[in-house]
Amino acid sequence: MTCRLNQGGVIDRSKPLNFTFNGKPLTGYAGDTLASALLANNIHFVTRSIKLRRPRGIMGRGPEEPNALLQIGEGPSTLADQRATQVMLTEGMNARSINGWPSLEHDLLSALSLGSKLMPVGFYYKTFMGPKGWWERYEKLIRPIAGMGLTPDGPDPDLYEKRDLHCDVMIVGGGPAGLAAAASLIGTGLRVVLAHEQALWGGGLLASRTQLNGQPANAWLEETLAALHAAENIQLLPSTSVFGHYDHHFLGAIERVREQRPNAPIRERFWKIRCQRLILAAGAIERPIVLPNNDRPGIMTAFAVRESIERYAVLPGKQAVVFTNNDSAYATARCLLDAGAQVTVVDSRASAGTAAKAMLPEQTTVIYNAKVCDTTGKKRISGVTVRQTDGTFTRMDCDLLALSGGWNPSVHLHSHASGKLQWDEALATFVPQNDLAGVRAIGAMAGAFDFATALTQGSEVAREFATELGSKAGTDLSLPEVSHAEPGPSQLQPLWRVAGKGPAFVDMQNDVKATDIELALREGYRSIEHVKRYGILGFGTDQGKFGNIIGLGIVGELINKHPTEIGTTTYRPAWTPVTFGALVGPDTGELFEPIRQTPMHEWHVQAGAVFEDVGQWKRARYYPKAGEDMDAAVARECLATQKGVGVLDYSTLGKIEIHGPDAITLLERVYTNNWQKLGIGRCRYGLMLDENGMVMDDGVTARLGEQHYLMYTSTGGAARVLSWMEQWLQTEWPDLEVYLTSVTDAWGTISLAGPKSRELLESIGTDINLSTEQFPFMSLRTGAVNGVPARVQRVSFSGEMSFEVSVPANEAAELWAMVMRKGEAFGATPYGTEAMHVLRAEKGFIIVGQDTDGSISPLDLGMEGMISARKDCLGKRSLMRSELQRPDRPQWVGLRPKDPTKVLPEGAQLIEDPAAKPPVAMQGWVTSSYFAPRLGHAFALGFVNGGRARHGESLYAWDADAGVIPVEITQPVQYDPEGGRQRD
Amino acid sequence: MQNYSIFNLARHALGGHRGWKPAWREATPKPRYKVIIVGGGGHGLATAYYLAKVHGIRDVAVLEKGWIGGGNTGRNTTIVRSNYLWDASAALYEKSLQLWEGLSQDINYNVMFSQRGVLNLGHNLQDMRDIRRRVNANQLNGVDGEVLDTAGVKRLVPFINTSPDIRYPVLGASWQPRAGIARHDAVAWGYARAADSLGVDIIENCEVTGVRRDNGKVTGVETTRGVIEADRVGVVVAGHAGVLAEMAGFRLPIESHPLQALVSEPLKPILDTVVMSNAIHVYVSQSDKGELVIGAGVDSYTGYGQRGSFQTMEHFLSALIELYPIFSRLRMLRHWGGIVDTAPDASPIISSTPVDGLFFNVGWGTGGFKATPGSGWVFAHTLATGTPHEINAPFSLERFHSGALVDEHGAAAVAH
Ligand SMILES: Cc1cc2nc3c(=O)[nH]c(=O)nc-3n(C[C@H](O)[C@H](O)[C@H](O)COP(=O)(O)OP(=O)(O)OC[C@H]3O[C@@H](n4cnc5c(N)ncnc54)[C@H](O)[C@@H]3O)c2cc1C
Repeated sequence: MTCRLNQGGVIDRSKPLNFTFNGKPLTGYAGDTLASALLANNIHFVTRSIKLRRPRGIMGRGPEEPNALLQIGEGPSTLADQRATQVMLTEGMNARSINGWPSLEHDLLSALSLGSKLMPVGFYYKTFMGPKGWWERYEKLIRPIAGMGLTPDGPDPDLYEKRDLHCDVMIVGGGPAGLAAAASLIGTGLRVVLAHEQALWGGGLLASRTQLNGQPANAWLEETLAALHAAENIQLLPSTSVFGHYDHHFLGAIERVREQRPNAPIRERFWKIRCQRLILAAGAIERPIVLPNNDRPGIMTAFAVRESIERYAVLPGKQAVVFTNNDSAYATARCLLDAGAQVTVVDSRASAGTAAKAMLPEQTTVIYNAKVCDTTGKKRISGVTVRQTDGTFTRMDCDLLALSGGWNPSVHLHSHASGKLQWDEALATFVPQNDLAGVRAIGAMAGAFDFATALTQGSEVAREFATELGSKAGTDLSLPEVSHAEPGPSQLQPLWRVAGKGPAFVDMQNDVKATDIELALREGYRSIEHVKRYGILGFGTDQGKFGNIIGLGIVGELINKHPTEIGTTTYRPAWTPVTFGALVGPDTGELFEPIRQTPMHEWHVQAGAVFEDVGQWKRARYYPKAGEDMDAAVARECLATQKGVGVLDYSTLGKIEIHGPDAITLLERVYTNNWQKLGIGRCRYGLMLDENGMVMDDGVTARLGEQHYLMYTSTGGAARVLSWMEQWLQTEWPDLEVYLTSVTDAWGTISLAGPKSRELLESIGTDINLSTEQFPFMSLRTGAVNGVPARVQRVSFSGEMSFEVSVPANEAAELWAMVMRKGEAFGATPYGTEAMHVLRAEKGFIIVGQDTDGSISPLDLGMEGMISARKDCLGKRSLMRSELQRPDRPQWVGLRPKDPTKVLPEGAQLIEDPAAKPPVAMQGWVTSSYFAPRLGHAFALGFVNGGRARHGESLYAWDADAGVIPVEITQPVQYDPEGGRQRD
Repeated sequence: MQNYSIFNLARHALGGHRGWKPAWREATPKPRYKVIIVGGGGHGLATAYYLAKVHGIRDVAVLEKGWIGGGNTGRNTTIVRSNYLWDASAALYEKSLQLWEGLSQDINYNVMFSQRGVLNLGHNLQDMRDIRRRVNANQLNGVDGEVLDTAGVKRLVPFINTSPDIRYPVLGASWQPRAGIARHDAVAWGYARAADSLGVDIIENCEVTGVRRDNGKVTGVETTRGVIEADRVGVVVAGHAGVLAEMAGFRLPIESHPLQALVSEPLKPILDTVVMSNAIHVYVSQSDKGELVIGAGVDSYTGYGQRGSFQTMEHFLSALIELYPIFSRLRMLRHWGGIVDTAPDASPIISSTPVDGLFFNVGWGTGGFKATPGSGWVFAHTLATGTPHEINAPFSLERFHSGALVDEHGAAAVAH
């Protein structure tokens, strides 16, 4: 059976669309929402409630819809919890209900409603407590019943986009008020953006018979839109939900691109909007009246019925009862009549306003002083009981009940930014106080329910803002003359709920009843926030748009307080739900965070390197030859470095250039040691502490010129060190004249390490004298290497003589290739970070972040010699604290497994008694552990309480998976303690 | 106190549930109490409960400026775990976890503590070293935990992106099976009800505006409902520790930052455990109602606005989609923020103060919800005896002078 009227509406009858609902093929038209298409097919019953499994139908018309939340599509592109009143119908759409097992019609879980008396609000706080530890079992039963939609089963096939938008005036809402405001700003030269949540412009006008300039409103709409489209300074964003209003006039909005262009490559676009002035014309939402059994399919808000008829040409019922406490529903009664339905109006008031009365032919049955106090029907309403003030009850049949309890302005975007609300007695609801600077709510959102006022407010605020922004007036919009206007919610007499037997639902989605609110109050949940939380009122996906103000009204009645004394709960973004993918935009997959590769990366890939992630970098970890595992490859790389020459890509180390007369002062303050006497061309190792005196980074800094230094940081610490120094310079030491530049990416660095490194570098060709006399350990020379300008540094992290050659990044790959070619003669072997770790560990060098963890001081490392007594530096004062001086603090040691082949797990704890039962006192832990090829045995580094005095003692390494391994404490430096090899 | 049970529920159902009494009385302040607790969050209410129950001190008022549980208790993402690295922390959080395990029964209010386990993911070799170190420490301290590899993670969360080629591949995780989540509001209400039944006055809409002192000793507090005297005052105000310290004339080494969280629309069960990633800063669990509860690290700027900046959220949502590509089409329902007070070592301060009789229990930062019962337990002891319980002795204010920090920050980079 179709409920589509033969004419009218703003649907496109030339474009029929096929869709399915619960597998059943149906048709609708372009311009339909999924909800209107379902109603056109006489489908009201679309879901079951979560807790009580009661049949539920489409009730609303927009974001307030509490029931019609459907699953759309299949597989990876399925969409959960889609509100049918906001989904535009598309060809082939496949929608289904979620709650209902095995089917919507026959739901076995509906037996749950039998237990409804046992399940008042908060019942779960009072039960499911025993036996101890059983909650998880109950949860297993509860979770599948709760919850709603289904998650896609694969990655999102669609694309999203993010855009920034700065404008002078942002207008939210494309109804008469917003359109008038935009039209008044044409030609002002101000950049104006108008966003509208729906695909079609017009808002309330689309469901109204109001005439503008003596014509149907459509004509004015088209004219105005044409002018707006033509205007250079106006940007129109239809199908765009502004979902949040944040500090400093920042707004987030989501454009559903495909509502306007079905084949667009982008599904949704996230607009980040910053405006100077904000006009909020977001409209209002009709609220129902709560009454017993008010949840049957076929019960809708009055405006939803009217819009269904006027906009979608769908008659949602033939025998209608309209129940109201205000004038606005009379327009609904009128269009029901015109569409051929039988109508009875039940009005709780003694009489209606004149304009309302004038809407209806005289013979219409209007029962004043009456309330609908119950309904019947199962999967569709079949009748209502009406109680009159004189105590008479009347039963009437119907297949549609239209409810109007008044209108609530959509104050959300005003309230997100902490705008205040005030109670409007005439409307019995909250309206914005318009207290936010540069922000103005107008039209229905400000409580103005007649089009004439909305239009006037729009043009007035536009003019006011334009003047404030220093613009010459644009078009002086001549406001259209309004006639045939339907009455607004005038002469409203607050009526929140009708008493009676039977569950009266305030929040449909969570089955919150009026008696639940009573119970919450009775149980002492007095604050409105407690009522909300205990009663889960407003926690549905409509976020209280449907029931919150009614809930507040009911609370007020029950505790005899005025709504302003009670206040509202906090309005939190989002206005309507926002797709995660849209907020992420393209920042996913490869673009999530940049992967940083060195200039020689391709060479490493070709050489079959295995990589590891260090900070954002990909670093070659080792280069396995055929048949080699990691241990074998690392052993080979280490020994080649010791015996001949190893080549390491060192480009990832952080590099910061420091310029300025106060460069030295900065170094003195951030490093623990002395920098005064460092000569030009010389390098020094430095240790950097945080405020607590704990090691935060280390590295070598070279002096390049009188006021020019080059600081190396750890790979992972580069950004942290730069911002650390910037923070101090900008906030505490603005008097220092010193400039920091990150040059990490500008250079490619190749480290040649091993006894043949000098010969290899010579063979490549350099104008730098490489002899130890001319170029001693811990110095830096600039010159040319293979004809390319280079900085060469003699430092060593491997314990072997080494030359670190830095060339401009673009030259580095070629130089690397050259090194490897020339190196063949010297047995040059590329080595990765794993071998680098082993080599440095044999030397007892720390790696910040691996060996230190933010709780290790230089004293713990045995580096007190690095702390200058002559000067102060960051963290030094903290080192003086008694606890940091204690001799039993964890101290840096070497660890030798008693079994020389047993490599300790990194992260093992050190204990004294392997037989002890927890809690077991821990003596320390293992930070680095390897089989050390140059030493010929397994070896580890770590920390032991008071460890420096305990060399030679035995402990046990303890690991959850590897078990217990006996070790001996040693000194940390194992290889070439005198350092002759690196100095040469 | 009316007993909560299925039998009583059935009995009251017969009377239309008209027989239920308020969970806690609407108390009016008396002029004087033995102990005043400032802050009606979970920690303050738990403190009051254990003061009355364990120490027999019932002349106690909890003063809350708004509605109880309305601070971070009602804003947090409810992760409960005890797998901390250092002994001092492990003792505190494990004491809490043990109390959690019997809490619903103890206070006769279902706090829905769901021991569904918590995963802390590792994305690089160093993460995995840290995880191993922490799990080893946990086991030696008698705290449950194990190290999982990629396949182990996949078994628990089949849809997590374990491709080795992603920016931050999942190399493994620490797994604490006894950890989980709880129902935050129920914790506040349940403790309030239990404390009230032992005689504690819970006074809402009562903001403390000054701390009265005489000769270096606390004598009471000034409030929006008048002066209230007390022998001892315990301050448990989460995001406002600095404000209260200023009233009492001293300063704290604390920074206040916004911390944000959000929920998706409700979904049928998809995620059965809690998954946290510190390296890419996002964590997620699914509530019993079906919402995905998602959070991250703090906003870097300090402030008292309970909002935070949008780009922080954009960033952690990118991380979310990176790890869980199937969440991309789901939608954010609601987002919010709370203010968290963080000490330099990211551990709480449960301590005496320069003012005699005035004690602070603050600085819980991003991760205090899990400690609610234990925090109340040790703070009650501290207030009752005037000296710390052995568990909170390491968390004194003194440690910032002595340097005996309990640095969970650096140590395991853990949050929440
Ligand atoms: C978004 C977010 C996520 C989090 N996630 C987790 C998590 O997953 N796991 C976890 O363990 N922790 C988490 N936390 C931290 C946790 O919420 C807090 O550490 C914990 O709740 C603190 O408890 P509380 O009772 O001290 O604080 P609160 O609940 O904030 O209570 C303090 C109370 O003091 C009141 N107050 C303040 N000033 C005054 C005054 N002058 N007079 C009277 N009353 C006053 C406040 O109104 C408030 O009610 C999270 C925090 C946030 C913000």
